[in-house]
Amino acid sequence: MSFKRNILDLRKRKKEAQQGGGEKAIEKQVAMGKKTARERIKAILDENSFHEYDLFVEHTGRDFDMEKKVLHGDGVIIGTGTMYNQPVAIYAQDFTVAGGSLGLMHARKITKIMDHALKMRVPLIGINDSGGARIQEGVNSLAGYGEIFYRNTIASGVIPQISVILGPCAGGAVYSPALTDFVFVVENISKMFITGPGVIKSVLGEEISMEELGGAMVHSEITGNAHFFARSEDECFAQIKKLITFIPWNNAQKALKFPIQEPKITKSIEEIVPVDPHNPYDIRDIIKAVTDGSDFFEIMEYFAKNIVIGFGRIQGNTIGFVANQPMYLAGVLDCDSSDKAARFIRYCDAFNIPIVTLEDMPGYLPGVDQEHAGVIRHGAKLLYAYSEATVPKVTVIIRKAYGGGYIAMNSRHLGADFVFAWPTAEIAVMGPEGAANIVFKKEIDEAENPAEMRKQKIQEYKDKFANPFVAASKGYIDEVIEPSETRARLIHSLEVSGSKVDQRPAKKHGVPPF
Amino acid sequence: MEDNSLNYQIFVVNSAKYLTLTTTKYDRRKKYLPIDPKEVRSIIPGSIIDILVTPGQVLKAGEVLLILDAMKMYTQIEMPFDGVIKSIHIEKGDRIPKNTVMITIE
Repeated sequence: MSFKRNILDLRKRKKEAQQGGGEKAIEKQVAMGKKTARERIKAILDENSFHEYDLFVEHTGRDFDMEKKVLHGDGVIIGTGTMYNQPVAIYAQDFTVAGGSLGLMHARKITKIMDHALKMRVPLIGINDSGGARIQEGVNSLAGYGEIFYRNTIASGVIPQISVILGPCAGGAVYSPALTDFVFVVENISKMFITGPGVIKSVLGEEISMEELGGAMVHSEITGNAHFFARSEDECFAQIKKLITFIPWNNAQKALKFPIQEPKITKSIEEIVPVDPHNPYDIRDIIKAVTDGSDFFEIMEYFAKNIVIGFGRIQGNTIGFVANQPMYLAGVLDCDSSDKAARFIRYCDAFNIPIVTLEDMPGYLPGVDQEHAGVIRHGAKLLYAYSEATVPKVTVIIRKAYGGGYIAMNSRHLGADFVFAWPTAEIAVMGPEGAANIVFKKEIDEAENPAEMRKQKIQEYKDKFANPFVAASKGYIDEVIEPSETRARLIHSLEVSGSKVDQRPAKKHGVPPF
Repeated sequence: MEDNSLNYQIFVVNSAKYLTLTTTKYDRRKKYLPIDPKEVRSIIPGSIIDILVTPGQVLKAGEVLLILDAMKMYTQIEMPFDGVIKSIHIEKGDRIPKNTVMITIE
């Protein structure tokens, strides 16, 4: 008696199950420009590192003739593997099997690997490619979604959770990615919406294509649901592999330290910024001028471009950058930029990543649409996130720091550990133009030449208040520095903050304005 | 999409003029229009099931103007104040989007 027969039988069964939906379905998947679930996992993980579980799981549908159908793996592949030799957990919905629809066992497989990821404190990567709930399984599908959302929430802030949208992700299914830390989308492949174009047309008579309603660019630029946009699956996988180098494996660790590199940017930092605070420049050039190897990995590049967020390294350590972007909307704060920055700050705080804030911001975006969209409560998220964060927090004020925005952008008053200002910084309640109109209203109105008087008074205000020295005289700014000193100051301030302890009163959790 | 043309515009914040680019979402924002209480608008998309009034009719606040079917519910749309029906802009069976002016009153 030998094992041979059993082994051959096992191999045959495996081979069959690994085919997923079979040749025809795979052909269809490829024709849509998509890779199969198995290829995707392989592309993300280290070579030959993937180990699969639950390959032989069968669905439990017993209605509508479902009992006669064989759905290999129940439309989802789960397993563990490594990235850069570090363990990760992964699942990938297999669209070739019943459209990747989610039934009871499909969901159980996902929650099994989620539980594992949380217990083992390793990152979880979820690849979404599913037509939605398996309608034949009724409420069991809904139960499955709910159990996934619950685990996404419990694991939030403990392990990194990455969602990759490589196909449809519609209806309730969208809420799992929305609860995770980073959402990756690919042009012409990702489709996310609560209500699809068909329903919208039949109920409302509004006609819109899937790509326009919930395509990759819509979620990157308009809704802010997606963090990374790629033009192909391969580009997307490269982004995931890059992101993972910047983040720690769980909330008890720090991100891996890399070899120190000097910035590659050759332009002097003073040449990047126009002295006139009304003129724009790309704040990302400043970030690149202070980060190791000038390597800045931007997050949410297309959404709320008036604020820039992302990771870079200083002395080999991951830093979260939050920076106003004068190139877009003059770098104002508004609903979307506050929301974008606040969530990122909370991510950095949860995962022990120090935050560097670069400030050049003329205030809040004026307008009825902003007020009615709730700029008060969205703006409050930013104050909350900065105040709450206990990781090292350093601010550099480059030019404008006016009014409420000055407070919001990690000011000393919200608990910044170090605040530096360039000599070009203007820290004031508002810009000289607005302030002069109010402070010197009477003089301007009564002057023989109001325009000339106004000009004079603006200059007077500028000389007196539009500088960093008033704030420095109160100790609100720790030091006024030369622009060329910025990197050195950041290096030192982050180094001396390395063992920062900031105890907060015990509480179950705060009540942030979201 | 990425704006490569670098079409800088003047942008005013607190009386100061800044040179900057705008975003697609900013460009697409809707201009605020004050609400005219004399226009009865749909606050939800739906279908007109029935119109219970005719132009010229004198009504008291709270009287039902029409029935709108939206999200599987029949909603009675009421007269907001005492007045006269000036004009009706919809027909029975119409499928209307949100914020459509249905009836004008005086």
